[in-house]
Amino acid sequence: MIMKNTLILFCLKKILRLMLLMAAVATFSYVLVSFSPVNPVDAYLGTAILKVSPEQREIIAKRWGLDQPPVERFFNWASQLIQGNFGLSTIFNEPVLSVIGKRFVTSFWLMFLAWTLSGIFGFVLGVLSGTFENSVLDKSISLYAYTMASTPTFWVGMVLLTVFSIQLGWTPVCCAWPVGLSPEQATLGQRVHHLVLPAFTLSLIGIAQITLHTREKTIEAMNSDYAAFARAQGEKDLGIAFRHALRNVLLPAVTLQFASIGELFGGAVLAEQVFSYPGLGKTTVEAGYRGDVPLLLGIVIFSTLFVFAGNTMADLIYQAVDPRIRKTGGLI
Amino acid sequence: MLDIKSLSIGFSSYSFGLKKHTVLAIRSLDLSVSKKEVLAVVGQSGAGKSLLAHALLGILPRNASLSGDLTFKGKKLTPKDMALLRGREIALIPQSMTYLNPLLKVGVQIARAAELSGVSPKASWKATLEALRRYRLEEKIARRFPFQLSGGMARRILTATATIGKADLILADEPTNGLDQATAGETLGHLRGLADAGKAVLLITHDIEAALSIADRVTVFCGGVTVEEARASDFNGSGKLRHPYSRALWDALPGRGFVKSLPARSPISSSGGCPFIFFCEKSTPLCEGSLPGIKNLNQGCVRCHHA
Ligand SMILES: Nc1ncnc2c1ncn2[C@@H]1O[C@H](COP(=O)(O)OP(=O)(O)OP(=O)(O)O)[C@@H](O)[C@H]1O
Ligand SMILES: [Mg+2]
Repeated sequence: MIMKNTLILFCLKKILRLMLLMAAVATFSYVLVSFSPVNPVDAYLGTAILKVSPEQREIIAKRWGLDQPPVERFFNWASQLIQGNFGLSTIFNEPVLSVIGKRFVTSFWLMFLAWTLSGIFGFVLGVLSGTFENSVLDKSISLYAYTMASTPTFWVGMVLLTVFSIQLGWTPVCCAWPVGLSPEQATLGQRVHHLVLPAFTLSLIGIAQITLHTREKTIEAMNSDYAAFARAQGEKDLGIAFRHALRNVLLPAVTLQFASIGELFGGAVLAEQVFSYPGLGKTTVEAGYRGDVPLLLGIVIFSTLFVFAGNTMADLIYQAVDPRIRKTGGLI
Repeated sequence: MLDIKSLSIGFSSYSFGLKKHTVLAIRSLDLSVSKKEVLAVVGQSGAGKSLLAHALLGILPRNASLSGDLTFKGKKLTPKDMALLRGREIALIPQSMTYLNPLLKVGVQIARAAELSGVSPKASWKATLEALRRYRLEEKIARRFPFQLSGGMARRILTATATIGKADLILADEPTNGLDQATAGETLGHLRGLADAGKAVLLITHDIEAALSIADRVTVFCGGVTVEEARASDFNGSGKLRHPYSRALWDALPGRGFVKSLPARSPISSSGGCPFIFFCEKSTPLCEGSLPGIKNLNQGCVRCHHA
């Protein structure tokens, strides 16, 4: 009973926080966009700009509502937003939500694969590194992690692209499916083949953070009092690592992994750009360049939701797994 | 069973990240305990009692260095031996609850200690429940996490964990801290029983009076140095104690009448002299200059220039 009430309270609090966050993000990004030097009409017309008369431009502007004062436009937009209408993307000539939906599915597999790979490998490397602190293994893993942590994603992407796609020719140079085919025509194998290198790039970088974090936590656990007591009982290093340290390290690692979803999103933008991978990240950049304000704002709001969901999951998992919180039923 | 001669432990650290220097935490500890005996180790906070226990098991932090002669069952005790003996022949009752894994049910932790000490995995759960019963803990406690225990329960869990095997030497680091008098008496009685059954017990404690109730002999530590070894019966207020520090400890006990100020904590020796020098009425330049050697006196030992 108490458990149930606290759960409801937890959800209510989260929803309230989400709504406040959404309102703030919507307002803030709207203000930012309205200060943008990119004129949406110019960006829409592109090179056709020379063939269009000022009168025609005004007609376009009027149709988009650009003749109204900014504050009024904001309230129009916001009230439509609340009703679930995100508007029409100017560059795709399609409802914003349907663009985001399609692009997100493409991105999702990329991000999911990278996220899972980096989570698993990062954790294993971190535990090994921390258990055998100062060994050659530890030093090599740390060197790798520090190097990757300070390397930009796009640079790694370009290097891998040069080596694997251009020189070795193992992987395709661009896109999410073979050029010339529509997404529906591509086979699963072809899609996976196109996915491998971008996902690898993203996870190569993502591994670094989780490895370093896990390594720190493992060292802490291996030098803890309970590890000393286990050693006093005759437990060997590996036994201490698996029976004692692991469960103490896993919890913060899982939390970090879910909280890192936000960064994953940022990384995906760069990786997709390098690999011309038509996911949400690449769409964001296009929308920015070509002044597609409805799409850009839609993506901002969608990614806020996405990151928020990641953080909430981190919270929930912590509460569900940690006996210290679980037994007392203390949902924050 | 166990014989320690001039044990010293230093901790090295780096100042400004470059210069390495060593701080001595234990300067010269000497003690011995044989089977069927309970040796109480008393001394103020920071005297080096816990470090001694950890040193015997080879579980000191990595930056610690150790020197001195350790003999266990007539054989020199090397770090390699320690790794083989701990849990099986030497067991530790640690000082605080932080020595329990916070995310592991206590029953599992006790059972694992049993397995490591040589109990078969099949029999370990039964042994765990027996150990809990011995310390008057209910069976359901086995399924609790350490944070769900009271301080006294945790203390008894630690004792149960360490005494579940067949270790011949038991290092008990303040096993009765935070227990009510009746429960403390039971724990001490159990330790006495283990000694009577042929084991050796090193009882580290602040509580001199409780220790005297079961100890055969008492070793007094001050600032990382053994200053006296006495029979338990010498602590009776009749002036049999050999070292001024032991007398001060005795006088400082509640109900003794004397309100003599003891140093707030065991002073850590920086010079080479006697650790008690700043508080001793008899101190002379000789005490300042050199650490006195150990002298046998009245069937005990003392480390004092004036004894
Ligand atoms: N890891 C360490 N690094 C440096 N000095 C240490 C370390 N551990 C302990 N010491 C020092 O060694 C001395 C003895 O510590 P120890 O834990 O043995 O005290 P104790 O006699 O058990 O005290 P208490 O009764 O409070 O438990 C203390 O002065 C402490 O500061
Ligand atoms: Mg101590």
